[in-house]
Amino acid sequence: MKLTYHALGDTGMQIVFGSEISEQTNQSIRMVADELKQHPIEGVVEWVPAYTTLTLYYQPSVVTYDELQAKITDLYEVLQEQKGSVSDSLAFLLPTYYGGETGEDLSVVAEQNGLSEEDVVHIHSSQDYLIYMMGFVPGFPYLGGMSEKIATPRRGDPRPEIAPGSVGIAGSQTGVYPLKSPGGWQLIGQTPVKLYDPDKEQPILLESGSYIRFVPISKQEFDEIESAVERGEYTVQTEEKKGVPS
Amino acid sequence: MSNPVFKIVKPGLLTTIQDEGRFGYQQYGIVASGAMDPYALKMANFLVGNEGHEAAIEVTVMGPEIEVLGEATLAICGGDLSPKLNGEKVPTWKSFDVKEGDRLQFGQPVQGARAYISVAGGFDLPVVMGSKSTYLKAEIGGYEGRALAKGDVLSKIGNQKAVTGRALHHDEIPDYTRDMEIRVVPGPHLDAFTESSLDTFLSSEYAVTPQSDRMGFRLKGPKLEHETSADIISEAIPLGGIQVPASGDPIILMAERQTTGGYTRIATVISSDIPYLAQAMPGSHIRFREVTVEEAQQLSNEKERFIRTLEKVSRVGRT
Repeated sequence: MKLTYHALGDTGMQIVFGSEISEQTNQSIRMVADELKQHPIEGVVEWVPAYTTLTLYYQPSVVTYDELQAKITDLYEVLQEQKGSVSDSLAFLLPTYYGGETGEDLSVVAEQNGLSEEDVVHIHSSQDYLIYMMGFVPGFPYLGGMSEKIATPRRGDPRPEIAPGSVGIAGSQTGVYPLKSPGGWQLIGQTPVKLYDPDKEQPILLESGSYIRFVPISKQEFDEIESAVERGEYTVQTEEKKGVPS
Repeated sequence: MSNPVFKIVKPGLLTTIQDEGRFGYQQYGIVASGAMDPYALKMANFLVGNEGHEAAIEVTVMGPEIEVLGEATLAICGGDLSPKLNGEKVPTWKSFDVKEGDRLQFGQPVQGARAYISVAGGFDLPVVMGSKSTYLKAEIGGYEGRALAKGDVLSKIGNQKAVTGRALHHDEIPDYTRDMEIRVVPGPHLDAFTESSLDTFLSSEYAVTPQSDRMGFRLKGPKLEHETSADIISEAIPLGGIQVPASGDPIILMAERQTTGGYTRIATVISSDIPYLAQAMPGSHIRFREVTVEEAQQLSNEKERFIRTLEKVSRVGRT
């Protein structure tokens, strides 16, 4: 895929990697973002990966639009030649208590899809979800790849307040609410892990390009992990996934 | 060393702590926030001998009433919101001293919508993710993550004083009463609009509506039409990005904009014109003019050189 570039005023550059949401496109975006992290380009202040684009914010007094475009074009060419250069990514294992008070729509999801609640939990927790991008609110992951078998429309009446850590389904999307917020997703469970903690040096747990795996736990385990999180004694488990060559 | 310097007697319309913004976290969904008028913020800092990025109080349209708790050097830059010290008018874009018991008030807005109050030494507030800026929606930064309220006490760092009566040359003071001609670089989604839409956008006048805030300015004027859809696959939104939802009314994304969005954008406001735009009041009229990215970068580089020079001069007066 050849890259196309757009100027966003004088301090932004959008790099377009494709026109459709795909894991392949996301890998390419991640490859360039990884490279920027490891070998910073002078003048580039920050970047935002999205589904099909990578946007760079930069200082034109240090690097001009044309210079930056040339650098990225070169860099991308080199990266494409180095097959398998995508670094291994992480799967974050999020312990999740399905059902219960916070996941009271689990029965709705089961009923609407003609499944048992156990089936829904099994389907939802048996695959890894790629984090395509982050946005909406701090730490909110846009996930891809949920099975259509458990796809369920949003609730008719959005809840005014959703607890942090709530795991929800909206159509064929699934996600986790990092902060207390209103929302219309079908809530099927809750993770005691904090996706957003402003008191931490790295306040956001997840990163685009990583994966999430939901691991079913009991109510008792939920309570134990929740208090360990409160005490600052819980570390989220991760598993390495091998990089996919682009 | 921390010294109480201000007590908020009346909070005003929306009074928050802002610095240049929170950078490096947009990829995690954390908005940049920061001063709406970064030029006025920097000037307010330089006039009291601070680093340009230091946090100041951002005052919106109707200013606060502040009781001074201790000696300090201040400067007020940006819009003229009629600041008064003990009932006497104080000049903007010029540093001045205050002492315990003084009272700083604001009156009717004369021009512009936002002013910045800096204090020599800077405000003693926690740095959250690299910035002291208040990010209202996430309740972080600034003063307990919220707008200043009655009874809040702000402290300054150290006992630093600056040269008082230091003023910015009048040529460098922006005139916010002028007709706003805001320069833009068209794109990135021109393909999504009908061919005449960009012409309409560049040749018409748009009014800033009252539904405008730190997140974005909603405009009213001739509607812009899409070829097929107003929606795109979500992507990053830059400062000054002008998105056009299906209604056809443009929205300019400002300091506290969301990191990503799914509406088509017709153009982006250039960085040199963001400070003027930030001073637009509801009812202000805006015309847009197209420039190339090269022209925009030349303009911003000139401004950057000027700011660097001031930065050097500013350090000289520090005691």
